Amino acid sequence: MNKEHTKVLVDPLVDNNPITLQVLGICSALAVTSQLSTALIMSLALTSVTAFSSAGIALIRNHVPSSIRIIAQMVIIASLVIVVDQMLKAFAYEISKQLSVFVGLIITNCIVMGRAEAYAMKNPPLESFLDGIGNGLGYSLILITVATVREVLGAGKLLGIDVLPLLKDGGWYVPNGLLLLPPSAFFLIGLLIWAVRTWKPQQVEKPDFAIVPAHGEAH
Amino acid sequence: MEAYINLFIKSVFIENMALSFFLGMCTFIAVSKKIETAVGLGIAVVIVQTLTVPANNLIYSFLLKEGALSWAGLQDVNLSFIALMACIGVIAAIVQILEMVLDKFFPALYNALGIFLPLITVNCAILAGSLFMIERDYAFGESVVYGVGSGFGWALAITAMAGVREKLKYSDVPPGLRGLGITFITAGLMAMGFMAFSGIQL
Repeated sequence: MNKEHTKVLVDPLVDNNPITLQVLGICSALAVTSQLSTALIMSLALTSVTAFSSAGIALIRNHVPSSIRIIAQMVIIASLVIVVDQMLKAFAYEISKQLSVFVGLIITNCIVMGRAEAYAMKNPPLESFLDGIGNGLGYSLILITVATVREVLGAGKLLGIDVLPLLKDGGWYVPNGLLLLPPSAFFLIGLLIWAVRTWKPQQVEKPDFAIVPAHGEAH
Repeated sequence: MEAYINLFIKSVFIENMALSFFLGMCTFIAVSKKIETAVGLGIAVVIVQTLTVPANNLIYSFLLKEGALSWAGLQDVNLSFIALMACIGVIAAIVQILEMVLDKFFPALYNALGIFLPLITVNCAILAGSLFMIERDYAFGESVVYGVGSGFGWALAITAMAGVREKLKYSDVPPGLRGLGITFITAGLMAMGFMAFSGIQL
């Protein structure tokens, strides 16, 4: 593990996060985060698919003509997703029911395709594998943060275990139902982006129109 | 007939692809800076969705479903596990064919929509339309209506979003929220608006 490898692995966590900076893979990040358990399974599924598909695509990158490369990538990704989907149905049936179509949608998850196009087509298998894991972890980081906030504050539970005792069970916490509803995921990711960009100001986007400073008010 | 109208309204408003299920979010966020491009992409999504959902419905019910191959004398064959692969293959093929047909016969339309077509293969709203159709066991007629409705709902959402963002770019947003952050929060507010439809019983 040399320096280059570590950089490829660690960079996507905050500095080049797939969700908050590259705008990839947002659909599933929003839809599966109302509970921590589904978010964890989804992170695991996506990280393994991205890592193995990047490695596979990197292996054949010099043999595929560029006109059919999308189809070739799709076939590799789709096969891996089918494996993951069948595994989940066999070993975690309840969760696979909750995730419904979102496991299948890993095929069109832009992180997988985006990393295949942007990285795996130009780099050797080992680096591509690490890049896949790194981006998968960056995605997982956001997913787990959002899901923890939503489950704890929305239902008073974490992984199904009571953390904050609810008022209706004799405790003191009144759950915020909004956090279990879909729109809250948008707000949380929006706020998360704000937090990351306050910490790393170089990620701030340039405004389309600058505000003209007010002149002559003192006169 | 009434059932079809109900399904259409349900798929446009109550189960809006973009704002209730968050599908096609990547393109929804990335391509909603201008109304014109958003409308172009929206039209392309409606067309592709209208073609792919029924096509996948036929393929699924005559080739892949359990017992679907009984016309060929294979009663016990169940190929539904490759439905994922079949769906994405059909979508990629239809998008490619559509691109070639437009290029050959409707060059004006091709110039307007051509750049959006490759984006559509990886738009998860399209694949999700086919997967929801399989999960909910729609018949052929329903699948046509669902295809049109879900595509139209997505187009409506991205056009509205682009309208909001065109105004938003003149506003003074805190530096960290600029661009992506405020877009997310706007989309959240729109999703809350669309939740008003969720109580409607048809």
